[in-house]
Parts: sequence; C-alpha cells; structure tokens
Amino acid sequence: MEKFRGVDYYGVDALLTEDERMVRDAIRDWVEAEYLPIVTEHHRAGTFPVDVIPKLGELGVFGATLKGYGCAGLNHVAYGLIMQELERGDSGLRSTASVQSGLVMYPIYAYGSDAQKDRWLPALASGAKVGCFGLTEPDHGSDPGTMKARAVRRGDSWVLNGTKLWITNGSIADVAVVWAKDAEDHEIYGYLVPRGTPGFSTLDIPGKFSMRASITSELSFQDCRIPVENRLPGVKGLKGPLGCLSQARYGIAWGAVGAAMACYDWALQYAQQRIQFAKPIAAFQLVQQKLVWMVTEITKAQLLCLQLGRLKDEGKARPQQISMAKMNNAQMALESARMARDILGAAGIVDEHPVIRHMLNLETVNTYEGTHDIHTLIIGRDITGLDAFGI
Amino acid sequence: MKILVPIKQVPDTATQVRVAADARAIESAGITWIISPYDEFAVEEALRIKEKRGQGEVVAVSLGPDRVKEALRSCLAMGADRAIHVNDPAFADADTLTTARALAAVIKQEAPQLAIFGRQAIDDDMGALPAQVAELLGWPSLYWIMEEAIAADGASIRAGRQVEGGLEVFEASLPCVLAAQKGLNEPRYPTLKGIMGAKKKEIKDLKAADLGIAPEPPQLSVARLESLPPRPPGRVIGGDVHEAVRELVRALREEAKAI
Ligand SMILES: Cc1cc2nc3c(=O)[nH]c(=O)nc-3n(C[C@H](O)[C@H](O)[C@H](O)COP(=O)(O)OP(=O)(O)OC[C@H]3O[C@@H](n4cnc5c(N)ncnc54)[C@H](O)[C@@H]3O)c2cc1C
Repeated sequence: MEKFRGVDYYGVDALLTEDERMVRDAIRDWVEAEYLPIVTEHHRAGTFPVDVIPKLGELGVFGATLKGYGCAGLNHVAYGLIMQELERGDSGLRSTASVQSGLVMYPIYAYGSDAQKDRWLPALASGAKVGCFGLTEPDHGSDPGTMKARAVRRGDSWVLNGTKLWITNGSIADVAVVWAKDAEDHEIYGYLVPRGTPGFSTLDIPGKFSMRASITSELSFQDCRIPVENRLPGVKGLKGPLGCLSQARYGIAWGAVGAAMACYDWALQYAQQRIQFAKPIAAFQLVQQKLVWMVTEITKAQLLCLQLGRLKDEGKARPQQISMAKMNNAQMALESARMARDILGAAGIVDEHPVIRHMLNLETVNTYEGTHDIHTLIIGRDITGLDAFGI
Repeated sequence: MKILVPIKQVPDTATQVRVAADARAIESAGITWIISPYDEFAVEEALRIKEKRGQGEVVAVSLGPDRVKEALRSCLAMGADRAIHVNDPAFADADTLTTARALAAVIKQEAPQLAIFGRQAIDDDMGALPAQVAELLGWPSLYWIMEEAIAADGASIRAGRQVEGGLEVFEASLPCVLAAQKGLNEPRYPTLKGIMGAKKKEIKDLKAADLGIAPEPPQLSVARLESLPPRPPGRVIGGDVHEAVRELVRALREEAKAI
C-alpha cells in the first residue's frame, strides 16, 4: 500500500493554520516511522509499547494545550489533530495520550493545588511519569454518580476503599486520579494516589478483543491511606470527573476520524488493486457505495471536529456539543471500519492489514467515556428539556 | 560558531511524478513538499554542533518560490535560529551555478564558519551545489560525510566518508563546506514547542539586488523530460519443471543475455 497522505475531500486543510498543519504532519511522520512498525507485534501480544511514552513526552504531546509546566501551549484544533494522527496509528496510542492529557494532567491543572501541580505536571508532560484516571467501577459505568468508592478522613490522611474497573494504563501508572465520595459530605472528590501506596493494588484485565495494544486494569483500594494534601482542592461533585471527560471526549471525537481515515485509505487502495471478475473490485457499484459512504462520513466528522475545536478555542464549546461529536464520530468510525473489513474480504480478518485492529478498537471507542446511547440521551435532554435517563 | 545550512524543498518521496505539458518540468499540482532528506541530515548536524559547543547560531537558507517558506519554517521548528529566503522571480530558471552564486553571496554576507549541505537534492539528484559554492568561495569542500569532529579551537575539522571497505578521513581548515551523507545522524522530529516557537523566529526575504548580484541567464537548461516507457510484461514459463528450467536458462542466456 502507498504511504498514507491524509483524507481531505473538502479542502479542510485550507481551514487550518500553518502551525496546525505542521503539528499534524509532525505527529503523522512520527506515527508512520516510530509506531506503525511495532503496533502489530504489540497487538498480538496484548502489550503496550511503554517506551513510546517518554518519546511522546519529548514531542510535547502530553498536556499540549496547557500553559507552563513544560507544556506546548497549543490551541485545541492542533491538539485535536494530534489525537487524529495518533489514532490513525492505534486507538490505544491515542488513549494513552488522552488519559495522560485530558484525564490526569487536566484535573491536576484545573483543580489541583500549586504543590500538586509542581509535583506532577512537569513529570507527566515529559512522559517521565504516567497517570491513570479511575472513575468507572464494576457496578457503576454509565452512572458514575452512584459510585461506591469512599474516602474517610483519619487525622492527616484520607483512607480510600473501593474498586475501579476498566482503567487505561492502571498498572503502569505512577499516579492514579481516583474519584471517590467523602463519607462525611457524600460529595465526589478527586484523590491523587501514587503507585506503591500501601493498600493500592492493580490487576490487568485479560482476554480483551479490543484495545489489545493498550493496558486496561482494575484498581483496588483497601484501607489505602494517602496524605490529606493529596485531595484535589478545586472541585467537588460529579462536575469534577465530567469536566475531565469533556476534555477527553473532545480528543476521542478527533481520534475516531484518524482511525476511520486509516480504514478508508487502506480499503480504497485495496479495492483499486484487488481484481475479481476481471475488474478491480473498486469498479463495482456496491463497493463504491461503501467507499463513498466512508469518505462522506469522514468529511462530515472532520468539519464537526474543526468547528467544535474553534468553539473550544473561543471558550464556547458546550459539553452537549462535545457529546455530539464523540457520539457521531465514534459511530461513523466503527461503521467505516466494518465496511473496510468487508471490502478486504478474507484479508480483512488478518492483522497484516490494520483494518480489523481498528475495527475491534472502535468497539471500545464507541463505549468508553459515555456510550453512544448515553450521549444520545445527553443531547436529547439538551434539546427537549426532558430527561430520558430513567431516574 | 555560526553554521549556515542551505536546504531545498522537494516533492515528497511518495509523489507519483508526472511530466508537465511543456515537457520541461514536472506537474506541480497536488504535490506535497518536504525538505530534501539529505538536507535534514545537514540541519540535524548543525544543531548538534551548536549543542555540543554550547553556543552558536544555525541559519537555514533556501532559494525558491513562496512555498519554500514552509520548509524553512520546519527547519526553525527543528531548532534553527533563523532563516533566509532568497525569493526572487529572477531566479525562476536558475541552474545550479546561478543558485550556487546566490548562495555564495548569502554566505559572504553571513560569514559563517561552516556551510553544511545535503550531498544532493532528491528531486534532480544534481549534487553539484556544495562543490560549486565551495569553489566560488575558495573554501575546501568535504563530500558524503558520515562523521565529523571540529577542533576545540574551532579552526579545523576532521570529517570521514565511507569508501569501499573503509572510512576515509579528511582534515580541513574552517571555514569549509560539508555535504552530508545518510548515516551522519538521525534527524530529530520537530517538537510541538519547537513548532510554536518557530512562528516567532525570523525568516528574512532577500532579492537578488540585496545580494548585489544580477542572475545571469542559465548556462544549463532542461531540454526535455520524458517518462520511462512502461515495463514490458513478465512471462510465466509453465509446464513440466525440467522443461521449464531448460527454457528459463535458454531465455536468460539468449533473449535477456543475463547469464
Ligand atoms: C478499553 C477500555 C478502557 C477504559 N478506560 C477507562 C478509564 O481509563 N477510566 C475509567 O474510569 N473508565 C474507563 N473505561 C470504562 C468506560 O468508560 C465504561 O465502560 C463506560 O462508561 C460504560 O460503562 P459500563 O461498561 O459499565 O456499561 P453500562 O453502563 O453497564 O452500559 C451497558 C449498556 O447499557 C446502556 N445504558 C446504560 N444506561 C442506559 C440508559 N439510562 N438508557 C439507555 N441505555 C443505557 C449503555 O449505553 C450500554 O449499551 C474503559 C473501558 C474500556 C472498554
């Protein structure tokens, strides 16, 4: 297959600034040269190439929109383009960047004390340290407000008890941002739990068919004692974790476009080369219909992202608008991947081609950070004023 | 130490080149432009020399139309301190000697101790510029360089190039011209901070008049570009293996004259 050169049916490139294009191209080149050659072996083994973390740090990917602490200070469109290119590599690669930036650095930056920021942000930015975000629990996924994890004040410490499940990078994290309810005021707060704290243990989740080149863990807290100053002072209630999720969902919306582009580009080239009935299969109307659907959806998704990014840069993006982009783009990417898989025929089921890997990953992308249907309900509530969550 | 790095913007290696209607140039529509890869080795080496010596200035230079600014900006993003863009329609038909004269004029103005080129640009593969510029300046030129070490006092350089079965090491006094070969280093990726910082760095536009030169008519011009004829289709020799081998050997000897 020929080298990936992006998908731009609508001249969207011209809507980007020169810096934004340069950022995109730098990450695209890096993914092509440093990540794509190793992804298949990690996907097979079910491992994450941890040594890419300091490399991404050196490039400046982590916390790229934050100011100070060694961060690059990019705008949100450039950040989105980074996520797009990383996920063109693999959703697991983008997940690591999303979690580190949107779910770990962002809450420390937005809700943390100066001491917490100074301790963690420079090391997380450089990739010297890794973070994870523990919100979901075995019995509380779409409905995190009812979480069971508890924090009890004992003298100079908080004592944490509870279990977090499906936590990206859980077992390799140097610090976990854990959301738990204060036993006294019953409000949700964020707690910074360093690796190795007694009572904090992790276990990787085996048997995954999706996000295989990414680490997903269970975090367990049993009378885990952390200093009082490890609580994030700047936020209480569900809006704490939801504020983080708005950052990360924004990244997912862009990332999904990257995965879809990878599948479309591959399927298009394959269809032009594969001969059946004495013709390239791209010459058949049914195959063209799939390719056209894909490029149309990718184009729409690009424009959705770009306008969302511009709104975000003006400080005007609403969480419900982010929900729309996350919902739409994850869904269209999953559908695109399935169509691409179909176009490749039997070749579509082996990892010699990237399509099946993206397709399987996108099942997670459709589910995590709010499932497609949960985002539908969020937008539904926004436009009708009526809550359909069933409470 | 001041180091000047002349770079050329060339079509991406993945470009499917098509000959333009006038058969004198290639079709430029839809081309993605990059810094010629050998020039990236040159930029990287200049940055490393500066970093190793703890001081200095790296200046990227390019001659070409407006689009060349993007390549210069990439050099700035990698870490070059500033850039010079020789941007004058008078150079539109420049051959290598005209280009060499312009670059030599820039070098005279800037007075660096070192000018590091790529060993050739990957579009027209001329490889003539480093030698022509060195000749015009009266500087030594060291080609196909795989490694270099500058003396602590900055007065001389030792640089090696690979030759059949070994390394040939030269010594020269500075200032001099180097032409970088693949293997000299592994160019860095521009960091995101570098990209943001590049905006604030200077790209100076120069016209021929600013350099005190008037481009002369080129001594060399492209008469015609031709696409290669399509390769004739291969031939499959089937049937009994012994027969097929005999036929293959015969065809290789008598038709292809390969053995
Ligand atoms: C690979 C991977 C990595 C992850 N990483 C993290 C992480 O780093 N940190 C973290 O905290 N979490 C993480 N998650 C968890 C993820 O966010 C949750 O899986 C997600 O929020 C859904 O929760 P659940 O799996 O419990 O599904 P459930 O909430 O049980 O949902 C099951 C189904 O029911 C539907 N449903 C639920 N409620 C309603 C309703 N009211 N109306 C209609 N339909 C409804 C859902 O749409 C879904 O289809 C990760 C998950 C995966 C798979």
